[in-house]
Amino acid sequence: MSPLPFHRRKTVRLTLRYILACLLVIIFVFPVYWLFSISFKTPDEIFAFPPVWYPKSIQFSNYMVLFKDGDAKTVLNSLILATASTFIAMILGTIAAYSLVRFKTGGENLAVWIISQRMMPPVAIVFPVFLLYVFFGWVDTFFGLILLYTAFNLPYVIWMMRGYIEDIPLELEESALVDGCSRWAVLWKVVMPMARSGLFATAVFTFVFAWNEFLFALVLTRTEVATYTVQVTHYFGGQSNFWAKIAAMSVLGTIPVFFAVATMQRYLVRGISMGAVKG
Amino acid sequence: MAAATALRANPDRNFRYWLLTPAIFLLLLVGLFPLFYSLAVSFMRIDMMDTDTSFAGLYNYGNLFKDKRLWEALGHTLLITVIALPIELLLGLAMAYLFLEKMPGRQIFVSLLVLPTIISPIVAGATWRLLFDNRFGPINQILGWFAGHPVTALWTINPRLVYPAIIFCEIWQWTPFMFLILLAALSNVDRSQTEAAAIDGAGFSRTFLRIVLPAIWPVMAIAILIRGLDLVRIFDIIWALTSGGPGTMTETISVYTYAQGFKQFETSYTAAIAFLVIVILTVVVTWAIRRMGLAK
Repeated sequence: MSPLPFHRRKTVRLTLRYILACLLVIIFVFPVYWLFSISFKTPDEIFAFPPVWYPKSIQFSNYMVLFKDGDAKTVLNSLILATASTFIAMILGTIAAYSLVRFKTGGENLAVWIISQRMMPPVAIVFPVFLLYVFFGWVDTFFGLILLYTAFNLPYVIWMMRGYIEDIPLELEESALVDGCSRWAVLWKVVMPMARSGLFATAVFTFVFAWNEFLFALVLTRTEVATYTVQVTHYFGGQSNFWAKIAAMSVLGTIPVFFAVATMQRYLVRGISMGAVKG
Repeated sequence: MAAATALRANPDRNFRYWLLTPAIFLLLLVGLFPLFYSLAVSFMRIDMMDTDTSFAGLYNYGNLFKDKRLWEALGHTLLITVIALPIELLLGLAMAYLFLEKMPGRQIFVSLLVLPTIISPIVAGATWRLLFDNRFGPINQILGWFAGHPVTALWTINPRLVYPAIIFCEIWQWTPFMFLILLAALSNVDRSQTEAAAIDGAGFSRTFLRIVLPAIWPVMAIAILIRGLDLVRIFDIIWALTSGGPGTMTETISVYTYAQGFKQFETSYTAAIAFLVIVILTVVVTWAIRRMGLAK
């Protein structure tokens, strides 16, 4: 067999790549599709054998049930906790990162200690934290969870913002200082605006981490501030699961994350690689 | 740098400490306090029945060595890690190569492939629990098409299938993570070098090992580190899929510690386990961070 001419070989190659790409997308997206489709199915369609591959009509009764029973409030709880803790962690983390970068406070050791806090297994600290929270009466309070999520996300914020602040040219701060700005004014009026995109990208990740968190929420919430991740697991049963509720609640909790990540595609890789890839 | 020196020599010398104080305070409260608290409690004998706060020496630590369930849990954690991590890495790398060259619509493919990584692990576990259902789940149905007869595998119950189920879910969720990072790393490799190697007649594997791998290694190492540490503390996916069952067959160290603390209320013993985990991981993490050049 004579080798194919060059442009034909290229076309074959590209076609093969497309076929493989489509196969991969089907494999990786199908579970997400299945979750969404169950949330729109009627009980008959969910418990059909053989399985029904798509709902006959889009109906929202599975979601209505969640709102009627008040279960959907857990999504609101997640929103409050994630938003508040992200906001506080961003402020405290950014000024701490500024100190690390500009004044080399604590040197490399402090920075490594901070990021190593992030690597700690939550399960190792969740138990003593639980005892501490019982002692102070912080279990199942917004304050307690926001405090914890803030602290939990601080190492990430400090680490990421350290990288973004390093990218800001020093001369700008210098001239602001010469012009008579105070330290705080330099920080708020020069550094923060310059690090805007980094701040935003880091905030989105911080939000997603808090949003997805499960173990602390499982241990430290009861009814008042239960998050949606905890609520999802309440629908698991020994013999049978509340399929429609699992699916609908999961979708409610997934959509905000999809939107959050879609807003910052450009920073995705830098964010998940903890700054290892700058792009 | 003259400018940096000028900035540092500013009169308000405490400014830099004020900036750090709130963050450090919170980290100490939630990071260091539990450490010391665990240590203190682990030398007592507090459990559901008894609140004996007198010094019990190494009683709890001695029990660690006799605790078969603990070492099995460590084994399960290690098993999942050593299987899932290389698969995620290699599959992610292969996918990154597939999308390395430009192709129309590439951005759409990449965006879709990222979906699993950004959803909550607990939702990922729940989703696969639905997919794996022996009767109403699509997986047995699809397997049935290939097998030519109905398949009724009990994925989350059958001892022989439960690990494949967990690892499958884990790989599904986190391969895109590896893929994204490696795609970015590969895109940054100097094209002229790989092309020169190809002209010199070097094959793919030779080019990869000599040129590409050294170039992407710093980034790859961090991806391995992040995923490896996540795998060692795996909790959510297991919790949603099997809750450690059947029996204690899929109990990881995180699930076991949780069970000791919040189901058996073995306060002091849990503290000892937690402390053991902290010590092991602190050593590994500190070593890994320095070794892999995360610290500049």
